[in-house]
Amino acid sequence: MHILVCGGTGCRASQSEQIIQNLNTELQNTNLESDVKVVTTGCFGFCEKGPVIKVVPDNTFYTEVRPSDAADIVNEHVVKGRPVKRLLYKNPKNDYHVTSTSNIDFYKKQIRIALRNCGFVDPESIDEYIARDGYEALGKCIGELSPEAVIATVKDSGLRGRGGGGFPTGLKWEITRNVENEQKYVVCNADEGDPGAFMDRSILEGDPHSVIEAMAICGYCIGADTGLVYIRAEYPLAINRLKIALAQAREYGLLGEDILGTGFNFEIEIRYGAGAFVCGEETALIHSMEGHRGEPTFKPPFPSVSGYMGKPTNVNNVETFANIPVIINKGAAWFSKIGTEKSKGTKVFALAGKVNNVGLIEVPMGITLREVIFDIGGGIREGKKFKSVQTGGPSGGCLTDKDLDTPIDYDNLIAAGSMMGSGGMIVMDEDDCMVSISKFYLEFTLDESCGKCTPCRIGNKRLHEILDKITKGEGTEEDLERLYMLSNVIKDTSLCGLGQTSPNPVLSTLKNFHDEYKAHVTEGTCPAGQCKDLLKYEIIPDLCTGCTVCYRNCPVGAISGERKLPHYIDQSLCIKCGVCYDKCKFKAIRIA
Amino acid sequence: MDTIKLTIDNKEVEVEKGITILAAAKKAGVHIPTLCHMNLHDMGIENKPGGCRVCVVEVEGRRNLAPSCVTEATDGMKINTHSMRVVNARRTVTELIISDHPFECLTCAKSGECELQDLAHDMGIREVHYEGEKSTYREDTSPAIIRDMDKCIMCRRCEMMCNEVQTVGVLSAIKRGFQAVVAPAFEENLDHSECTYCGQCVAVCPTGALTEVDHTPAVIRALSDPSKTVVVQTAPAVRAALGEEFGYEPGTLVTGKMAAALRRLGFDFVFDTDFAADLTIMEEGTELLDRLTRHLNGDKEVKLPILTSCCPAWVKFFEHHFPGMKDIPSSAKSPQQMFGSIAKSYFADKQKVDRKDLVVVSIMPCVAKKYECGRDEFAVDGNPDVDYAITTRELAALMKLSNIEFNALPDEDFDHPMGESTGAGVIFGTTGGVIEAAVRTAYELHTKKPLPKVDFDELRGMEGVREATVDFDGQPIRIGIAHGLGNARKLLEDIRDGKSHYHAIEIMSCPGGCIGGGGQPYHHSDSSVLKKRQMAIYKEDGAKKIRKSHENPYIEKLYEEFLGKPMSEKAHQLLHTSYFDRSTVFEQED
Repeated sequence: MHILVCGGTGCRASQSEQIIQNLNTELQNTNLESDVKVVTTGCFGFCEKGPVIKVVPDNTFYTEVRPSDAADIVNEHVVKGRPVKRLLYKNPKNDYHVTSTSNIDFYKKQIRIALRNCGFVDPESIDEYIARDGYEALGKCIGELSPEAVIATVKDSGLRGRGGGGFPTGLKWEITRNVENEQKYVVCNADEGDPGAFMDRSILEGDPHSVIEAMAICGYCIGADTGLVYIRAEYPLAINRLKIALAQAREYGLLGEDILGTGFNFEIEIRYGAGAFVCGEETALIHSMEGHRGEPTFKPPFPSVSGYMGKPTNVNNVETFANIPVIINKGAAWFSKIGTEKSKGTKVFALAGKVNNVGLIEVPMGITLREVIFDIGGGIREGKKFKSVQTGGPSGGCLTDKDLDTPIDYDNLIAAGSMMGSGGMIVMDEDDCMVSISKFYLEFTLDESCGKCTPCRIGNKRLHEILDKITKGEGTEEDLERLYMLSNVIKDTSLCGLGQTSPNPVLSTLKNFHDEYKAHVTEGTCPAGQCKDLLKYEIIPDLCTGCTVCYRNCPVGAISGERKLPHYIDQSLCIKCGVCYDKCKFKAIRIA
Repeated sequence: MDTIKLTIDNKEVEVEKGITILAAAKKAGVHIPTLCHMNLHDMGIENKPGGCRVCVVEVEGRRNLAPSCVTEATDGMKINTHSMRVVNARRTVTELIISDHPFECLTCAKSGECELQDLAHDMGIREVHYEGEKSTYREDTSPAIIRDMDKCIMCRRCEMMCNEVQTVGVLSAIKRGFQAVVAPAFEENLDHSECTYCGQCVAVCPTGALTEVDHTPAVIRALSDPSKTVVVQTAPAVRAALGEEFGYEPGTLVTGKMAAALRRLGFDFVFDTDFAADLTIMEEGTELLDRLTRHLNGDKEVKLPILTSCCPAWVKFFEHHFPGMKDIPSSAKSPQQMFGSIAKSYFADKQKVDRKDLVVVSIMPCVAKKYECGRDEFAVDGNPDVDYAITTRELAALMKLSNIEFNALPDEDFDHPMGESTGAGVIFGTTGGVIEAAVRTAYELHTKKPLPKVDFDELRGMEGVREATVDFDGQPIRIGIAHGLGNARKLLEDIRDGKSHYHAIEIMSCPGGCIGGGGQPYHHSDSSVLKKRQMAIYKEDGAKKIRKSHENPYIEKLYEEFLGKPMSEKAHQLLHTSYFDRSTVFEQED
């Protein structure tokens, strides 16, 4: 029997390490330590309910486990064979306890290819990876197949770049292969920078060998003997596990010289990024690795021709790489059966925001947003109304309920005014003000712009200032036109993908939520009630008893009135903190 | 040559393969405005970060607009450079730049020379539709250069000059997004950096973000002080460029008008740095011959090659980067400092003026000269040998301020004794000139024979690194020349690694030499201007009756009356200097 405990960053933050320690202690106490193995795995994805534990072979799935639950798990489940009912996942629809993951809505519609081993294997054990067909694909490639044949398989699979660009992976490999140069590089882009996105981190934390194996396969195909993983230094756990995995691969002769006796040499080094979003752009990433300022340069030349140190360099994202070994093992035909016509396979999304089940999911391309949000995500929290979903990270667009039945793939999302990005998906409900939301995203791109080109450096600043004006009730209808015009110029003239997509939240909300913008500028109101400056706290004289509670609690002395007589709020002093509203027992304060 | 055909604004053009849309448009007679782009292609210097996005054009079939300065023109391309979409984008981008720029045009040092101002004018911008926060930075004043980064537009030209051309590496972009700015490391001041004050950043800055420290108010004060005797010296490269400030074609020599104007400004004596250049040749040439003779006689201790030391930015460069080699350059002071030293001793004695009442002003093509004249070792009891150094640009401004109608002035001569110079002194203003001047003298002193031909064409040119072997009557003398500090670095590294085979090397910091100095009228990315100035310098040399420094009668007289002979004790005391180790040491703060 194995007890799999999630050792991802999220669950670790909720004491999963302590749970593991307690489980081991309990097993020792019951003299079962030789029969039952506690395994630290990568992320299960169901972060909402973490820390999560899975007991195999019976597949019992426990959620929201606390260190103190270790005793029950061992004494009840392991010793007596009875699942600990209170730790089982409860279906929110009918309150029934669900024992196995296959019966949980969150997992039902998922197909796990890139995440196949996350939550199943101990990421610090190469043997567990090998036991699940690990390094078989590498052996097959370098032992039996020509680089051309491998590239053909990757091309036929239809795999496209998962970092957001969606460029066909096999074609990229082929182009890099065809550039003649003695020295070439394989680069793994692990500079995951979208706020809230953690698919790359989870793969590196949960299944680092899959990336190592794929990089070696790529090296074999393009003719490179060196791989570089560019990873942000703020991913310590991923870095640590990657380091362990690299050492193990070297020890097993799966990295280094003459791999598996085939004469193929491949080594991987780690390069640390300082966490700049723009360094996810491949030219900026390469400059950063070279020790230069992390800012993009004009393409062409593409990295495939002139990349790291001026040498041909193939840059792929972590998730893209994680798909490769499966494609080699199961074949292009198997892979391309999943997905839509132009987008094959699956995509990992970091589902966040106002849904019931936030977490990391892997779904087949072509699944609809509705299925993701309402089936996997379990719908909107607190029974509120769905308003919008933003895909593609901070520079994606905000889609509405009319897009909910759109099958998700690269092209459909672009057509809808958003993008795939690296897989961020943030759900908003009726309480969210879309003007504030677009301002919020712009704040991020503003912070992360490298400042090299004018439209991104100054244009985004001005966009943000206009949005700020609107949320303060100082906007005009002319500002809306200006927002639209400036956004389009920024898209049209920016140097790299960051600037070219940064106005997407503004443009999509302007289009999809025009009335909400209009209300801000013409009526001076925020329909969602989020823009503080547009709110007004008023006392309803008929309901006010003159109890003076509001008067005594107002931190700025904005409330006045005689005892037992209706009170009054001086709007020029009110800071809209809402204390009076919360304190009033007579519902005599309203928000206008 | 492979060619391609493309359509630009409905006109089909055939151009060579591999060039950018911008270059192709130029050939088609279409002017696409640019801002960050700078091309001194003759000098192998190009700045094209593709950052300002002013030069965007519409390419049929392309999703977004293409920056024409970095996009390659390809066969069959259909380009529109002035569609509604392009004009709107270009205007918006320009307005955005202006929206983050101080509206100080009337009082800006760069007014009238500002490329952003020109762009706004050409695009007919009458209103800026974007208002908001402007970037503000602390002003940084150094001995020579002022950084006012509120005016920086992030074109990165200065960064390119500092890093790629000069390899000084002081300026680079720091911070991100709206806060991004070009600055020395840790946003320190320039005078805490390894900046050489070469001023090439100033020379290429399109706006007023980088300018020279203005010494003209101090000069005006000195001129109006009746107790002061004010003498002025003008560097050779100034006369080949000053006319540009008054509408003359580049390459027009204005030596006579300049002398007349300086006299009108009220200088008591109008002298010439060229005189001091001749003096430099006497000292440096003698030092070269001395080292050479000892070397040829088998002295293993002697340091060769000898390096010229006229350029203050170059001196500061090797003090920072190659302090271990500070005994290799000639110990001769620069002409500016030799002039100051002689003016405040020999000339002051002759005039019976106390050195404290003698003010020496120099007109230089250079901003580093401002720093040089302030170096501690070039002062006696705190009184500097040269009081103020103003640039060619500052001189033009001073003349305009003083109501001098430059174009209407007659040609006048310099005063004696320190105004007399030879052709050898004149060519100090261009790359290759100092070493040619030295060779003219060293040859005759060494061989005791007259030169068969005064012009050494093999030493002239614009290539960044040049070499030539000069026949000293059977003794081949190998000479290296570098202009631009990046090129100098290459030669220096060779010397350090024992790979250099030269006997003498001339180094000038600025591309083209002093004619391309940081204090010259702005060339606005037109390298032909530098070539024309160079031609003017050689023209003035060719027209001189005396063309070898050692034949300058006033120099002969100076040695006779005052110095004795070259490298005499007195000459050492007044005309030679030593260098300092300025290598950067990071110290931990307590």
